[in-house]
Amino acid sequence: MLEPFQFGFFQRGIIVATLAGALCGLVGVYVVLRSMSYIGHGLSHAVFGGAAVSSVLGVSYFLGAGLWGVLAALMIGRVSARRVIGADAAIGVVTTASFAIGLAIQSRSGSVSRTLDTVLFGNVLGVFRGDVAAIVIVGLVVVALVVAFQRELTFATFDPEVAEVSGVRVAMIDAMLMVVLSATVLVSVRVIGALLISAMLVLPAATSRLMTNSIGRMLWLSPLLGASFGFVGMYASWYADVPSGAVITIVGSTMFAIVYLATDVAKRHAIGKLDEHTALA
Amino acid sequence: MGKQLVRFEHVGCSYGGVPVIDDVEFTVSEHDFVGIVGPSGSGKTTVLRSLLGTLPVTYGQIHRRPDLRFGFVPQVEAVDWSFPATVRDVVTMSVDRPRFRRLDPTLITEIGDLLDRLGIGGLSGRHIRELSGGQQQRVFLARALVQQPDLLVLDEPAGGVDVATRHEILHLLADLHQAGMSILLTTHDINGLAAHLPRLVCFNRTVIADGPPTQVLHPYVLERTYGAPMDVLQHGGMPVVLEHREHRPAQRIAGESS
Repeated sequence: MLEPFQFGFFQRGIIVATLAGALCGLVGVYVVLRSMSYIGHGLSHAVFGGAAVSSVLGVSYFLGAGLWGVLAALMIGRVSARRVIGADAAIGVVTTASFAIGLAIQSRSGSVSRTLDTVLFGNVLGVFRGDVAAIVIVGLVVVALVVAFQRELTFATFDPEVAEVSGVRVAMIDAMLMVVLSATVLVSVRVIGALLISAMLVLPAATSRLMTNSIGRMLWLSPLLGASFGFVGMYASWYADVPSGAVITIVGSTMFAIVYLATDVAKRHAIGKLDEHTALA
Repeated sequence: MGKQLVRFEHVGCSYGGVPVIDDVEFTVSEHDFVGIVGPSGSGKTTVLRSLLGTLPVTYGQIHRRPDLRFGFVPQVEAVDWSFPATVRDVVTMSVDRPRFRRLDPTLITEIGDLLDRLGIGGLSGRHIRELSGGQQQRVFLARALVQQPDLLVLDEPAGGVDVATRHEILHLLADLHQAGMSILLTTHDINGLAAHLPRLVCFNRTVIADGPPTQVLHPYVLERTYGAPMDVLQHGGMPVVLEHREHRPAQRIAGESS
């Protein structure tokens, strides 16, 4: 059972998968509650474009894809703020353009395709020491920001107009969330993959939402679920010999389905008991 | 009359270049209890937004007393009831606190006392969707009051609620006013809410009339405000507004069939 742990690359992979799961779970709470699930999908595509450009230019992946991702996130915010174009259309325009650039570069430059495959599908072999350091640093910063600004993030998510009246700088909070989201996507993408990262942003948060009615509890439950999806998914991918992102997503989806069915049965049971009580009365 | 809190001076606002309110002038002073009354789409919420600073004015000026604190209660229809928030979560949202610190225990006690005074003391762990209409309104009122506002602003507090809840809200607001709170609200409900307030501003894109209900609830003012003729009767010393009989299609149809 401990066989894969004797390999350094697997140790790095499972650390990054677990931390990425926790990080996506934490940020995903606000992504899901703001109905922004599509943005995670879009940003991962934007990062794909940035990764392709940085590969060709020979600059660091984190620098190139990071700047590209943050720029894309801020552009989405800017375009959707005009209200003439909805947020979903803004995400579609900005990120598909970025993805198309990535595809064009990939087709012209066969030498970088292995790295790009890793970005698209996630690969335990694509995780280096720098990835571990990056996710630890980004993770600590994101946790500090979410804890420090939890009230403002929650208020601006629930009721932006009243939050503004109450002194919360909503535009600043929204921009901070976009930057945090971009950084999360950037450091998680090598293990989970650009095509499946939106699942990791949505699944832990959506599963925890089914389990609790309080955002306070969601904020620790969702990272816990995300971390367990990452750990179990990465471990199972070793034996299944399937890309890590796919197995992590399957584990998360299965857990969501189980919790969904369990809470549905519990709700029916409660309604049944209420009916019984009413009939007796 | 108390000191002036807010003064609108020839204020106009527009959405995307389309004027919504025009040349608005009125004041709100300390201990006022004012209702802005007018039909749907007349620009009442725009007046509140410009007052609260979430919508820039196109022209004119809004003078606010320096350091004026607002407590805003939005329309309940605008609330996302599926949001994972308990009563405690909603009320403490508006409480500013030092970063990385929990709420001060003294403040927690004060919030508990406020919830008790509003009659929702035992519900702090309940999800907001599990509450009755009146309880839900009290939660959002508590969130506004916990900021210790100088002026309480409510957008359609009686919108989408049943008669009993409307009475409950009206009595609650009257008690707060009695305790010294200054209140500004909007409503399109003349008989159920507006007629019970000490001062009304009849509004349709601009101020049509401003004064106590006995003075402003006049057929001429109401026709200009609502764009339809209305009768005003007196019942127990209070004005009761009725749609003009000749303009009631339902009655005409009933009359034709008999």
